[in-house]
Amino acid sequence: MVTKLKVILTLCFVKIKKIMLAVKKKKSMKEIMTVYYMEAKTAKLSGKKVAWITSGGPVEPLIAMDIIPVYPENHGAMIGASKMGVDLCEKAEEMGYSRDLCSYARSDISCATVNGGPIGGLPKPDMLICCNNICGTVLKWYEIQARYYEVPLFILDTPFCHTEYSEEAKKYVRRQIEEYIAFLEEVCGRKMNYEKMDKVGRLSVEGQRLWQAVLDTATNSPSPITAFDAFFHLALIVTLRGTRIAVDYYKNLLEEMYQKVDKGIGAIPNEHYRLLWDNLPIWYRLRWLSNKFADYGASLVADTYTTAWCGTLKYIDVDNFLDSMAEAYSRIYLNIGIDEMAKNVIEMIDKYNVDGFVIHSNRSCKPYSLGQYDIQKIVQRERDIPCLVIEADMVDERNFSESQIATRIEAFMEMIKEQKGSWSRNSNYTE
Amino acid sequence: MCVAGIDIGSITSKAAILSDGKIIGTKVTFTGYNAALAGRKVYEDLLDELTIDETSIKKIVSTGYGRNSVDFVDKAVTEIICHGTGAHYLNPHIRSIIDVGGQDSKAMIVDQDGRVKDFVMNDKCAAGTGRFLEVMARALEVDLDSFGLQSLKAERPSKISSICTVFAESEVISLISKGEKRDNIIAGIHESVAARISALAKRVNVRSPIMMTGGVAKNIGVVKALERKLGMSIEVSEYAQSNGAIGAAVMAMKL
Repeated sequence: MVTKLKVILTLCFVKIKKIMLAVKKKKSMKEIMTVYYMEAKTAKLSGKKVAWITSGGPVEPLIAMDIIPVYPENHGAMIGASKMGVDLCEKAEEMGYSRDLCSYARSDISCATVNGGPIGGLPKPDMLICCNNICGTVLKWYEIQARYYEVPLFILDTPFCHTEYSEEAKKYVRRQIEEYIAFLEEVCGRKMNYEKMDKVGRLSVEGQRLWQAVLDTATNSPSPITAFDAFFHLALIVTLRGTRIAVDYYKNLLEEMYQKVDKGIGAIPNEHYRLLWDNLPIWYRLRWLSNKFADYGASLVADTYTTAWCGTLKYIDVDNFLDSMAEAYSRIYLNIGIDEMAKNVIEMIDKYNVDGFVIHSNRSCKPYSLGQYDIQKIVQRERDIPCLVIEADMVDERNFSESQIATRIEAFMEMIKEQKGSWSRNSNYTE
Repeated sequence: MCVAGIDIGSITSKAAILSDGKIIGTKVTFTGYNAALAGRKVYEDLLDELTIDETSIKKIVSTGYGRNSVDFVDKAVTEIICHGTGAHYLNPHIRSIIDVGGQDSKAMIVDQDGRVKDFVMNDKCAAGTGRFLEVMARALEVDLDSFGLQSLKAERPSKISSICTVFAESEVISLISKGEKRDNIIAGIHESVAARISALAKRVNVRSPIMMTGGVAKNIGVVKALERKLGMSIEVSEYAQSNGAIGAAVMAMKL
């Protein structure tokens, strides 16, 4: 039995090596992610440890400690995109979880018990890292998983930054970063290599800068990238931030975008209108939404979601990564006041020269959706552009009503079309 | 020149025909199971009634939830734009429109040319819509047409706290069993619908003059309750229910 298992594992290992060689040549997202998940699933074989971490959590110390980070939220997105969300959410509801809870949390919790979903469940964790800068749900979610898997849990508490990051907050979070590293050292039974940590920090910053540069190519008209493309390319800056793989991937992607810009190739065939998207993607309807907007010549050139993984670069000092990281992770988009969020949105409206603002009111994500009406009001007051609210959910399709959303999008686009004549931003607009 | 607008809603289908920019007839029928058929039928019935031959209709625009299910029209336009256009056609001074139909309610702001500047729609819920009133009228065994008038006789509107149609219905049933006066319950229902709609209207910052359209505009109880909630008077045209179809016909004129 043991020999048989060894043979299977060795075969897996050989397959990974083969794929890795292929990746070196092609570096496609699918291959990188396949290798990443296979490595995580066979971590025991390579003697590595696996940590589950929240999407906004500081992953760099894990990379420096050679721990494989796994993201239940990325998994949630995969579940949503493969339209397996409803089934898993219903399973969680059968277990007693409320339908009002986050659909990432519901699908992850139930998936763990059945090893379902598109990749047969996530690899078993050796530890859990939970940072509450993105929401409060993660606290209970990770506590549940810590009990289920009987593994240690580290909670990094980032105070809410209404307007500023106080001295007290700074000390409080910095101290926890030390505790975080001590926790990792204890679980792994070895010390942190600070030279390596420094390198990882630099790679993380480089990756984030490249990601920002990729997103910034959308300032061109026509834009070579849409938010729908960004939702896809995002996976690596989330999961492999701080690695060479992510840096190389985004270098190539940036090159590709520059080429498109040079040739004047837009992400959609006829870019007449430019829109900004707010909140998480509706994973199970990306194609439908993208076609719906493209039919009207509307390109969703930017979004508040994918910029979250490079939006706090201004706080990071690459020569003092751990100290500045504490501030950067505390001041992410979901952990700041509504006025600050609105300020970010308005900056994006100006930067990407958008004609309309599409707001996904996401039933799952309360911290993202709370305050959207206020942000809408501020945007309308400051920039007077049409705004659209779409009520849906990132994973749970039961909260998506196609005909209602189609009507809203159509009316919104008709409205923009009507208005653009009277207050055209692009003088060359002819339709 | 004759043009037509067809508004296929979730409960009723409406048709309107304009000749040289003037309304010459409107018609309302139930939509039923087949939206495409309902659209065709209401249009043909109106043509018959007006004894107009189909060939004299130059352009047709469809709107409403069934707008894409009819194939004989020149264009499909959303009901949001059509209600804006229709209200502007009926009264060019109108700046806000509150449309409450069978399955959704919406509020729109229009500019001096009738162009929609902003709009909001209810979320995926029947509360604050015509369907809600229909369910309640059935529970109270009152004819929907007299529902509004009856609420005006209430001495003290009952408090309906639930916003969910299903829960509100059980609240109504428990009020009935407690022996609460029917008129009071009906008034309470209208207050609850008005609260829901006024929240929507305030979100889009409705301003005077306001017009209410859609089937629910025929219900005087809702209109009065809404006027109180908004602190503004609301205009209701005799064409309130056909406003979407009229707007569609006006859009057809521009094709």
